[in-house]
Amino acid sequence: MKILVCISHVPDTTSKINFAENDTKFDVQGVQFVINPNDEFGLTRAMWFKEKQGASVDVINVGNQSSEPTLRKALAIGADKAIRINTEPEDGFYVAKQISEYVKNNSYDLIIAGRESIDYNGAMVPGLIAGFLNINYVTNCTKLEIDNQNVVIDREIDGGKETLKGKLPLIIGGQKGLVEESDLRIPNMRGIMQARQKPLDVVEPYDFSANTETLKFQKPQPKQAVKLVDSENLDELINLLHNEAKVL
Amino acid sequence: MPVITYIESSNGKIKKNGFELASYSCALAKLLNTSAVALTINASDTSELSNYGISQVLKVSDESLNEFNAAIYADVIVQAVSKTESNTIVLSSSLDSKYLAPILSAKIEAAYINNVISLPTSLNPLTLKRTAFTNKAFSDTSSKSEKVIIGLSNNSFGLIENSVSLQEEVFAVSLSDSELSIESSEKVSGKISIADADIVVSAGRGMKGPENWNLIEDLADTLGAATACSKPVSDMGWRPHSEHVGQTGKPVATNLYIAIGISGAIQHLAGINSSKIKVVINNDPEAPFFKAADYGIVGDAFDVVPRLNKKLKEFKAQNS
Repeated sequence: MKILVCISHVPDTTSKINFAENDTKFDVQGVQFVINPNDEFGLTRAMWFKEKQGASVDVINVGNQSSEPTLRKALAIGADKAIRINTEPEDGFYVAKQISEYVKNNSYDLIIAGRESIDYNGAMVPGLIAGFLNINYVTNCTKLEIDNQNVVIDREIDGGKETLKGKLPLIIGGQKGLVEESDLRIPNMRGIMQARQKPLDVVEPYDFSANTETLKFQKPQPKQAVKLVDSENLDELINLLHNEAKVL
Repeated sequence: MPVITYIESSNGKIKKNGFELASYSCALAKLLNTSAVALTINASDTSELSNYGISQVLKVSDESLNEFNAAIYADVIVQAVSKTESNTIVLSSSLDSKYLAPILSAKIEAAYINNVISLPTSLNPLTLKRTAFTNKAFSDTSSKSEKVIIGLSNNSFGLIENSVSLQEEVFAVSLSDSELSIESSEKVSGKISIADADIVVSAGRGMKGPENWNLIEDLADTLGAATACSKPVSDMGWRPHSEHVGQTGKPVATNLYIAIGISGAIQHLAGINSSKIKVVINNDPEAPFFKAADYGIVGDAFDVVPRLNKKLKEFKAQNS
């Protein structure tokens, strides 16, 4: 079984979000980048398929050279090979098209992406790839079992979950539940040393243009200070929620 | 070329978010000098949509669509879009609609802009304000494609009542096959889901154990609210995973979010930040959540929550 894990290179959750170049670009100054958490759950599940079912695991990122440390980290966790499509990831549509073109020339049985990236929150890359390539697709995936060509998948739905059956080839949008946070792996020294020797292919992009453009970013207005209500005066809280906030 | 919106239903009944979508689509259509058409799949009664400005409904009815399948539903929308020749498609931000939207986007080569929180800020090119960086920023994003799919954030636009007369048209579609089938589904019944709720009552480790959740459930019952929890609470198995809200859990965008005994880790805040009003009840005045809240009570949940519940019951009785 050949698995491809799509890796988004994103600012760590705790990063300060600032914008540069007249608020048109994310300001990377002083920002620590990590593997997108939703992708990392998928990558860790892929490692399980590698170790228990003999799968091979490639990781792919659409980005410039700055995302290579993130790909190396994925290799140190245990992926066999990394692919970087050498271009700016302009929007989700563009990224999905680049990955789809790569997959057309290098077939995979299973493609794993995250349900969304924590930076632009587009939640579209795996679904677009599924649409471009006409392959089975399940997102908000919280469990994945594979037996030969047959798959059993749990998907989070509004107010619960459902279990689906299907077949490979398949693409999923993964999230927590595929593995638990305690299953995530911190690369050890041996993994890091091995990662340096593993292939990281740099592929030139497919000629294509994005279909959206982000013109400007804004930060929310600074929040007004919290109004503290005395715990002995709950009528006041109800009054504020009713008359001031108008939510009761 | 009208604006088309896919309105979801559940067991034949229009879902609540449908009325916000109808209101938004009609306001958008007005800006674009056109009309709005609603598409429904297996909805039995669509008449309520006409209270929110919808005068035309394409009704698809087919038993094999009783089970949601994203690829097949996307295909149904493709056929509707081709019939109406629409360039603007409005979808909700339910998990199902977010699931099918990118498939639709690939099929009709439309730009997909989601997490949208308002009407366009400019029409040429169509530019929309959306949230990004998990609610820590906004962006003005424009479409470079003629066709655009707008994913509207829950509770971001509200309802605009406008009664019109309704024309329904039965719309016959051809259905594609799928290799995916639903084996089983589990829905918490008799409870409001976090996605549908106007009010969410959420609790954390401060509740000390699952046996104390009756306090939270009672308060939620009084308010007609959904219950939710922080990550540690679901990790420890005190509450089901489906209640976990935050960055790796469910996002919440309600009118009122009440957080009880939750300290307010940055990952939690990221998931709930787009809720309009946040109330925090915590015995630690230094809890970071107070910085993100609108109203706060420093106090012991075991003392405050039952008293608040009692007061709210009185308030509800007087105001109903």
